[in-house]
Formats: sequence, structure tokens, C-alpha cells
Amino acid sequence: MKYSPFSIKHLQQTFGFHFLRFCMGVVILILIVVFHDIFSKGFGIISWEFLTTAPRKGMTEGGIYPAIVGTFYVTVLTTIFSVPLGMGCAIYLNEYAPDSKLTRLIRMSIRNLSGVPSIVYGLFGVALFVELFNLGTCLLASGLTLGLMTLPWTITASEEALKSVPRSYREGSLALGATQWQSIRTNVLPYAVPGMLTGTILGLARAAGETAPILFTGAAFYLPFLPESLSDQFMALPYHLYIMSTQHHAIMQVRPIAYGTALVLIVLVFLLNLSAVVLRYQLRKRYRE
Amino acid sequence: MHRQKENIIKSLFFLNGLLVVIALLGIFLLLLFNALPTFKDVKFSEFIFRANWNPSAYLESSYGILSQVVSTLMVTIGSLIIAVPLGIGTAAYLSDVASPRVREIAKPIVEILAGIPSVVIGFLGIVLVGPLIAKATGNYSGLNALNGSVLLAVMSLPTIVSLSEDALGSVPKSYTEASLALGGNPWQTLIRVKIPAASSGILAATMLGMGRAIGETMTVLMATGNAPAMPKSFLEPVRTMTATIAIELGEVPYYTTHFHSLFAIGLVLFIFTFILNLVSDIILHRYEKRMRV
Repeated sequence: MKYSPFSIKHLQQTFGFHFLRFCMGVVILILIVVFHDIFSKGFGIISWEFLTTAPRKGMTEGGIYPAIVGTFYVTVLTTIFSVPLGMGCAIYLNEYAPDSKLTRLIRMSIRNLSGVPSIVYGLFGVALFVELFNLGTCLLASGLTLGLMTLPWTITASEEALKSVPRSYREGSLALGATQWQSIRTNVLPYAVPGMLTGTILGLARAAGETAPILFTGAAFYLPFLPESLSDQFMALPYHLYIMSTQHHAIMQVRPIAYGTALVLIVLVFLLNLSAVVLRYQLRKRYRE
Repeated sequence: MHRQKENIIKSLFFLNGLLVVIALLGIFLLLLFNALPTFKDVKFSEFIFRANWNPSAYLESSYGILSQVVSTLMVTIGSLIIAVPLGIGTAAYLSDVASPRVREIAKPIVEILAGIPSVVIGFLGIVLVGPLIAKATGNYSGLNALNGSVLLAVMSLPTIVSLSEDALGSVPKSYTEASLALGGNPWQTLIRVKIPAASSGILAATMLGMGRAIGETMTVLMATGNAPAMPKSFLEPVRTMTATIAIELGEVPYYTTHFHSLFAIGLVLFIFTFILNLVSDIILHRYEKRMRV
């Protein structure tokens, strides 16, 4: 190979790099196919009525309003459980934790928690929240289950944000006689919280699209009313899509509704993602100034 | 006074940190306690090695998960066959071929793919991939292991791409420079120096992607047909471990052997993914150590 003429080497490289471009192209194509299919077939059914009314006539007509509201509620609950605990854990790991075996155990647990299958979180939610805590299948049990599932994501995102605060900020404050908590509170958190929130939004966007953890902890097939308390069941967009595409008695008839639900779900998830990206961009700009 | 307050705050944060260890342990123990009663009625060896899963049979119910394990491994391996070459190729493109500007645009595209909810991917398996497979093979239905593999490949691609790209990016510059200085062109450098040097990072990425695929529920539940029998080919419907839990937990009376057996399947899933995570963790840790030197 060492003495091979330049042209063969060059040819190999040209083919090789084209193959890599092809791989990238396939990934982009997948994304285009996904979006094209959902948008082209789902857009027609979207109307004000579709977004603001409940399903009618055995879910063959009407809108998906209760599912939108349910997903909104459960995501808010997830945030309430996951964000403070995730931030606290990240603060401990980045600011207080010594380099010890226990710290390594905590880090290992976080990585493993994020690898636990979502259906296993569902089982855990049934065993702990629904049965052991006796909450029954309800909004609260689903929120707690999703909160636990998003915890590792929130921790990782928050720690990234804490890491990006320069050490000198902490040292300056400590040198002036502030205690560690004082310097964290006044000199670290104000700079880290926006970044923490950005990462957290990305995690919540994923939680909003999850189905398996809520299947048995609180999501309902069909409810004619909106949930009024934490102990009510709720409809959710991802579960509704699952029902409409596999469990409904007239699957072909409700296919447009399924497409519409998929579209609303995707748009919701991407609006959340987009807001996180915009927020991150704005913050970066502000810090540079 | 100040010190006391400091110490209290510090221990509160410590407890918060400990929470994740407790959570992981709690998941394991709760699965275990809910799974154990299964084995009062079912022999452990039968549970693992028998392929016949029929908990609600009238005369003699049977609880063998072998066919589900095989189905899970089938769709997982199928997805890796698609996703690993494609993922590594894309990662290599991003790290070695794309200009910085193209990379700025292309990387978010991979991230967007990661953001699509699994239930939407499953839906596309029904309305898009399924009919395509049915038409290509002449079968009545396209809901089978192949469909699941394709969808799982799409789902595990983002993990494999972004982690492989990290691994390629952390190969020391001196390696690449040495190869280029010896007359290797960029392609040779990529194939013979960078990818081998990053191989353990890429392996770890693959294992994490595999963990995702094994644990994925909604896509396989919706797109693989869910026939609870030993699969013979990729063109047959299969029913994975995750799908079995998702289908049956909703209908089963609580605290029966059947109920507990679903937790036993959950425990098997937990152990599978735990081992995959642990091994990829160890590989990554060693790799980072070596790359630092």
C-alpha cells in the first residue's frame, strides 16, 4: 500500500467520503420522510375545533382537547418533582461532593437510572405509587413516575450548567469570607440557573412524549371531562395516539385523527425544544457581552 | 452558628445526592419483591428456558419467556445491523468531512431525530414502514420483526451518532498528525488510525444504543405484530418482553401469579440494561483514561 500510486489512494478517499456523505444523507432523509408524512396527512384535520373540543361519538369525531390538557398537567407535575431534586443533586455533585467511592456510586446510579427502560419505570410506578402509596391510577402517580424518570436527565443538564460557571466566581466569593453556601447562592446559581432551565426543558419535552410510564399509572382511554384534582385520571396525547392507531374499533376511520394527534404531539415537543435552543442562544449572547 | 447552618445545608444536598442511589436500589428491590412470588408457582428454569407463554390458559398456564427474549434480541440485533454502520458513518462524516458550517446545521438534525416521541415512530411503523414491507414481501401484514428493527434503528441512531462523534473527536491530535505526516491521506487516517483509536468509545456507544433498543416499548408494541410464539424469521410477527408487559399489565388481576410474572420480565429487562450500561461505562472510563495520556 505504501508504494501504491497516488490515484488509487485518492480514489479510495473519494469513494470513502462519498459513503460517509451518503450515511448523513440517509439520516436527513429519515427525518424528512417522518416530518413529511405526519405534516402532509395530519395538517388537514387541524382546526380550532380539533384543538379545543373533546372526542365525540366513540372517539370517531371531535377533537383532542382533553389529551392536550392532560399532557400539559402531567408535564407540569413532572417538572415540579424532577427539577428541584435534579438541581439539588447537581449542586451536591458539582459543588460539595468529594472525589470518593460514594460520589462515584452516585454518578454510576445516575447513568444507570437513565438507562432503565421506560416500561420498567411504569412497573415501578404501579408497585410504589399506585399500590404501595395507595394513590391509585391518577395524575399524581403518573407525574411522580415521570418525575423519577426525568431525574437523571435534569441532573446531567444542571451539572453541565454548573460546570460552565468559572471557578474564579466561587473563589472570589470565598476569599472575601463568604461561606460555601453563600457563594453558591450569590455567585454560582444566578449564572447557572438559566442554563439549568434550558437543559431541563429538553428533558421535559421528552417526558411529554412518553407513553409507557403512564400506561398503567394514570392515563385513561377516554374521559368526557378534564381532570379536576391530582387523584383524577387523565387523557394524554401520546396515549391517545397509541389508542387511535392500534386499539380503536374503527381504526381506518379514525386514521386522520391519529395523524392530527401525532402532528400536535410532534409540534408540542419541538416548540419545547425550540424554546430551549432560543433560550440558550440568548443567554450565551448575554454572557458574552 | 454560621458553620452549623452550613453543615445542615451541606447534609441536605448530600441527602439529595443520595436519593438517586436509593431510587436505583428501590427500583431493583421493588421489582424483585414483586417478581419473587412468581416462582412459588413457576420453576425458575421453566421461566427462563421455556418458550411457551400462555398465562391465561384454561387448564395449565405456562410462563416461559424464552420466545420473548429471543424476539427482543432479534429486533435489537436487527436494529444494530442497520444503525451501527449508518451511525458510525454519520459520526465520521460530522467529525472528518463536514465543514464547521455544515456541522452546525447537521448536528441539530440528529438531535431532532432524538426528540421524536417513540409512540410517533411506532405510528409510522404502522402507517408507513408496515405497508412498504408488506408490498415488498407480498405478505398480508408488514407488522413484523423487520419493521421493529427498522424503527429501533431510527430510535438508537442519535445515541450512536453523538457518542461515536464524541469518541472520534477525543482522539488526540498527535495521532492524526502522525498519520498525515507519514503520508496517509485523510481517509486512511480515519480508517486506520482514528476509528481504531476510538473503537472502544464507539463500542460503548453501540452498547448504549443496544440498551435503548432492548428497553424500547411503544415502537415494538405497535409495529411488530405481537404474536407470542418463537419467531422463525424477520418476516414474522414477534412479541418482545417490553410489549408483553405493556399488553398484559392492563388486563391482569393484581397480585396473581400472572401479575407477578410481568414484574419478573421487568426484572430481566432491568438486569439486561443494567449490565449493558455498566459494561459500556467501564469501557468508556478506561478509554477516557487512555486518551488523556
